[in-house]
Amino acid sequence: MSELDPVTLAVIESGLIQVCNEMDLAFVRAAFSPVISETLDRSDGIYAAGDGALIAQGELGLPIFVGTMQDSTAAVIARAKEIREGDIFIVNDPYMGGTHLMDVRFVMPYFHGGKLFAWLANTGHWPDIGGMVPGGFSANATEVEQEGLRLPPVKLFKAGVLDEEILAIILSNIRIAGQRIGDIQAQAAALHVGARRLGALIGRYGAATVEAAIAELRRRAARQMRACITTIPDGIYRGRAIVDSDGVVNEPLVIEMTITKRDGDLYFDMAGTSPPCQGPMNSVIATTRSSIYLAIKHVFPEVPINAGTFEPLHIKDPVGTFLYAEYPRPVSGCAAEVSQRIAEAVFDALALAIPERLFAAPAGTSGNLALGGHDPKRNRSYVMYVISGGGYGGSMSLDGLSNGCSTIGISKTTPIEVFEQRYPVLFEEYALREGSCGTGRQRGGFGVRYRLRLREGSARASMVMDHGRVGPNGAAGGATGAVTTIQIEQRGEVYRPAHLSKDQGIELEAGDAITVETPGGGGFGDPFARDPALIEQDIRRGYYTPADAAERFGVVLAEDRVDVVGSALLRRNGRATG
Amino acid sequence: MTEGSIIGVDIGGTFTDLVVLDASGALRIAKVPTTPENRAEGVLSALEAGGVALGEVASISHGTTATTNAIIERKIARVGLITTQGFRDVLELGRRTRPKPYGLIGSFEPLIPRELRLEVPERMAADGSVITPLDESAVRAAIDRLRALGCEALVIHFLHSYRNPMHERRAAEIAAAMWPEGYITAGHEISSEFREYERGVAASVNAAVQPILDRYVGRLQSGLEARGFARDLLIMQGNGGSIAARQVVRHAINTVMSGPASGVMAAAAIARATGLERIITYDMGGTSTDVGLVEGGVPAVSTELELEYAMPVHVPMVDVHSIGAGGGSIAWIDRAGLLRVGPESAGAMPGPIAYGKGGTRPTITDANLVLGRLDPARLLAVKAPPSREAIAERLEAALGRTLGLDGDATASAIIRIANDRMAGAIRMISLARGHDPRDFTLLAFGGAGPLHAVALARELSIPRVLIPARPGLTNALGCAIADLRHDFVTTLNAPLASLDDTRLRAVLTEQITAGRAAIARDNVAVESVEFRFAADMQFDGQTHILTVALPSTEAGVDSLHAAFAIAYRERFAVELQGIGVNLVALKTAAIGRRAAPPLHALAGDGSASTLDGALVATRPVWFDGGWREAPIYERTKLPVNAVFEGPALVLQFDATSVIEPGNRVRRDTLGNLIVEVAP
Repeated sequence: MSELDPVTLAVIESGLIQVCNEMDLAFVRAAFSPVISETLDRSDGIYAAGDGALIAQGELGLPIFVGTMQDSTAAVIARAKEIREGDIFIVNDPYMGGTHLMDVRFVMPYFHGGKLFAWLANTGHWPDIGGMVPGGFSANATEVEQEGLRLPPVKLFKAGVLDEEILAIILSNIRIAGQRIGDIQAQAAALHVGARRLGALIGRYGAATVEAAIAELRRRAARQMRACITTIPDGIYRGRAIVDSDGVVNEPLVIEMTITKRDGDLYFDMAGTSPPCQGPMNSVIATTRSSIYLAIKHVFPEVPINAGTFEPLHIKDPVGTFLYAEYPRPVSGCAAEVSQRIAEAVFDALALAIPERLFAAPAGTSGNLALGGHDPKRNRSYVMYVISGGGYGGSMSLDGLSNGCSTIGISKTTPIEVFEQRYPVLFEEYALREGSCGTGRQRGGFGVRYRLRLREGSARASMVMDHGRVGPNGAAGGATGAVTTIQIEQRGEVYRPAHLSKDQGIELEAGDAITVETPGGGGFGDPFARDPALIEQDIRRGYYTPADAAERFGVVLAEDRVDVVGSALLRRNGRATG
Repeated sequence: MTEGSIIGVDIGGTFTDLVVLDASGALRIAKVPTTPENRAEGVLSALEAGGVALGEVASISHGTTATTNAIIERKIARVGLITTQGFRDVLELGRRTRPKPYGLIGSFEPLIPRELRLEVPERMAADGSVITPLDESAVRAAIDRLRALGCEALVIHFLHSYRNPMHERRAAEIAAAMWPEGYITAGHEISSEFREYERGVAASVNAAVQPILDRYVGRLQSGLEARGFARDLLIMQGNGGSIAARQVVRHAINTVMSGPASGVMAAAAIARATGLERIITYDMGGTSTDVGLVEGGVPAVSTELELEYAMPVHVPMVDVHSIGAGGGSIAWIDRAGLLRVGPESAGAMPGPIAYGKGGTRPTITDANLVLGRLDPARLLAVKAPPSREAIAERLEAALGRTLGLDGDATASAIIRIANDRMAGAIRMISLARGHDPRDFTLLAFGGAGPLHAVALARELSIPRVLIPARPGLTNALGCAIADLRHDFVTTLNAPLASLDDTRLRAVLTEQITAGRAAIARDNVAVESVEFRFAADMQFDGQTHILTVALPSTEAGVDSLHAAFAIAYRERFAVELQGIGVNLVALKTAAIGRRAAPPLHALAGDGSASTLDGALVATRPVWFDGGWREAPIYERTKLPVNAVFEGPALVLQFDATSVIEPGNRVRRDTLGNLIVEVAP
């Protein structure tokens, strides 16, 4: 069948996505690391045989990997020799379409009738990849070798058989290697599950029809994205975002984003952005591009994802900036933090163009905190990861969500009960961070405050977060959300990291504690225009204090109810003077 | 116990259905409009319409959507929370997610607002040892405060209570003396899961619907008593078993998914009676489609259902996957120019175009009508339907012009897209879990299921379709025949190697004792009490579990090891050696078996002596791109063992079955239609 009707097209489209969803599911259920099984830090997709262009991605996968897996698959294609059925390449090289070293990709050729039809690939975040700090989030590495083991595309499975020699090299270079084999098998099993389903789809509709459908879906996605872009008025829009520091030099890094909209296309230029940095806040180009892709997808979520979705987006390589990292620049902060700042710069620019579709900035930090230590009671070493969410930005219609996940991820937090079962720690608090919202007509959501104390043994902590210097931006007159704060209690002494949101090599003994407060989302619109009834409700819930309501929203209460006259006066005077 | 009729009642969005199976084997049915304001009224009037003399009734079982709807529409009780100091926001913060992978605008409201969530000093460690003792005076003060704030129900939810429930128990004791209505839920009683958010949500759901369910079943029970019914009303639970109304209120959460579960249980009973080992249940109604999978006559039960965004309901429930595709689902064109169907539904008002009540947007029902599969004159509760041609014109105008299709081809495309979505749901419960659809029979019911089943089976390579005698009343039937069921879970969360056989058997024996007691309290005659055992296991280091069925209480450490290895290989196609195995929980389902239902009563009299005697007309029907003249048979007249081939339509009061060309159909002795699907 060569003629493609819209119905067959829709059937094949959902068939391809289901292939990926089933890979996502198998990976999570079989995985050992909580970072995959609980936080879902992984992604699965199908990529074109010739150039690695995205064909379909699972709906449950991490958004940041959307763009980067195209590039890493292309890197495999460029290097691969004698590809055989059952081969699985492993690669984590950031400069070959990567993110940070902990994101390890498996890439498997899929053959149909003896011919390479497509690639199946997935990314899983490994809990450790070697390097100078447990967990891999070094805050002050200055070259990639310090960050961990770097793997160019090599065949970990050859014609279906695990290469024990390559495996031995990998396991000799990472911490807590014992359980990694289970994760490796889970990651490979997911690809095999995908191959089985893709085979069934092709068997049903024929390879030629599926190929024709893939091409047509790509054309349609591009067309739909252009239809969305057309709703933006022609013009030049500028946005900005700030990274606290690179972890080594305590100076802010600035992202300047200029978006030009012409016809159905968008042109991105990052001229004026800070130069490459010494510390690990550099971003490789695959991550930079992917961050822009996913920012646009957040603005136009209704457009399906394949390579066509990104065709109308033209990104000028930001050569000479920290968003175009070249070997051996360290990059451990790029996937989790810098990517979110890039997305925020895009939101910041577009909020000027189409405020009705935008939102104020979300918390925008993954809140990575890693603890590597030894548990004397169980006599075993561990690497524990904590991620945390923050408030989302307000929008034209809604307040921001509290404790939303990172912009670039959809990963969940690990339950406190699971942490305490596995690691010698005690959480003393896990709470909504009152008052952290950016004020606005629609306020931002709230961040989180938690305190965790080491109960036994000793450990080393490292953390790579952001938004410690400047909170998430407000939009349309809304205020910024609260900044990240970290407080470390060491043998009774309390201090805050010099770099505000980044630190490493923190030696903890039993009884020491770390308290983290994550950002609130930016507010949207004039806070003095917020409905007083909503402010009354916010105060009843203890979201912020009556003093806050007066100072930041211009509303006063009398006996827990809005004082209508007093508030009106305050709002008028506040505006006149402010 | 004296013989008497057994009654099943199912409340749907539009109709309340009643099935009465008399001791003599006779069947009576009734269909009355649902009364959304007070659903008990609809039930009572259905009983009246069915001419039921309540004094002679052995049991009344009832599937309800009252609790599910209460949660979804947030018409819930005012609930207060008492929790571990430092953690009152767990229920608001959730697991740090967002409603959809893309798009950063969304909202979430916890079931218990923040001002009603209070903390008290207490803390357990993960190993169950006490770090901070419970401050009992703080508990009393919190209760006073929540009473003053007007709370009707109370949740007590402490960290690590699945490991050591001592503090939760003590706080509940204190509350019992101070909370006259008794609506008190302690987290560990509802779920023993070791995830504080999931366990806390389960407890909140329970508390939020408890007063509502209590009042509802109270009204119904007293209404029945006033009419002479002296026994306990039975309520269907999401786990597929029923339980006495007096007992259900304590674990109100178990009635979430009560509605879909009844259909799956009826399907399983029909499959057992027909000798089918493996079926996929396919229940398509007006707004949604529910699919489930039954192996060995026993429906799969899952503890991982998510009711809506950030609303996990992790208690045992029949594993049903629901999607928004029903007869009323609306077809539309997206911005990429692709045809989509659902999830938006035209509902009962205005309903499909075919209802003639002002509906203008094409639905699946309209497409079926244009293709000759439904007869406008026989739609239930429709007085003046537009003509087939008028509807076809409307389809062409609304969708066909954009797609380059005429009205007939548009209708055909809507059916294909809808079938594809439903096929996707079936793949998720079969293929996605490692089952091959070719090993299954598709058991199709609900008002719309038999219209689509044969085409769906072909799409999925399912070789056989079974359409039961009363497709549109299958859910009510499921209520009538459901066994009693109580689930027990004991969390061990320990390396399997550290346990011994005696310990494992002691746990299961305790669960058996509790099960027998619970069934005795239901106060309903049962033929036997059976127990089913299972173990939740994982490799050391994993957080997800794999549930493995155990043949008996004789299970030991070695046999658990072996059973886990086999199940793991089947699911993930890998074998892992040298990694320890953890036993997370042991589970027992206590099942009170009730008398086998007289399914033959449903079959109809088969009054015609030959196939031709059941033939009522012929009509052009669209199949695979062309019109075919199809014979139309009256279902109740089909003689036993009648055999015929598609194309054909089979009509009955509650559904229409479409037999695609080339497929052979047989009517069996139970009145089922069995369709062998041509590849």
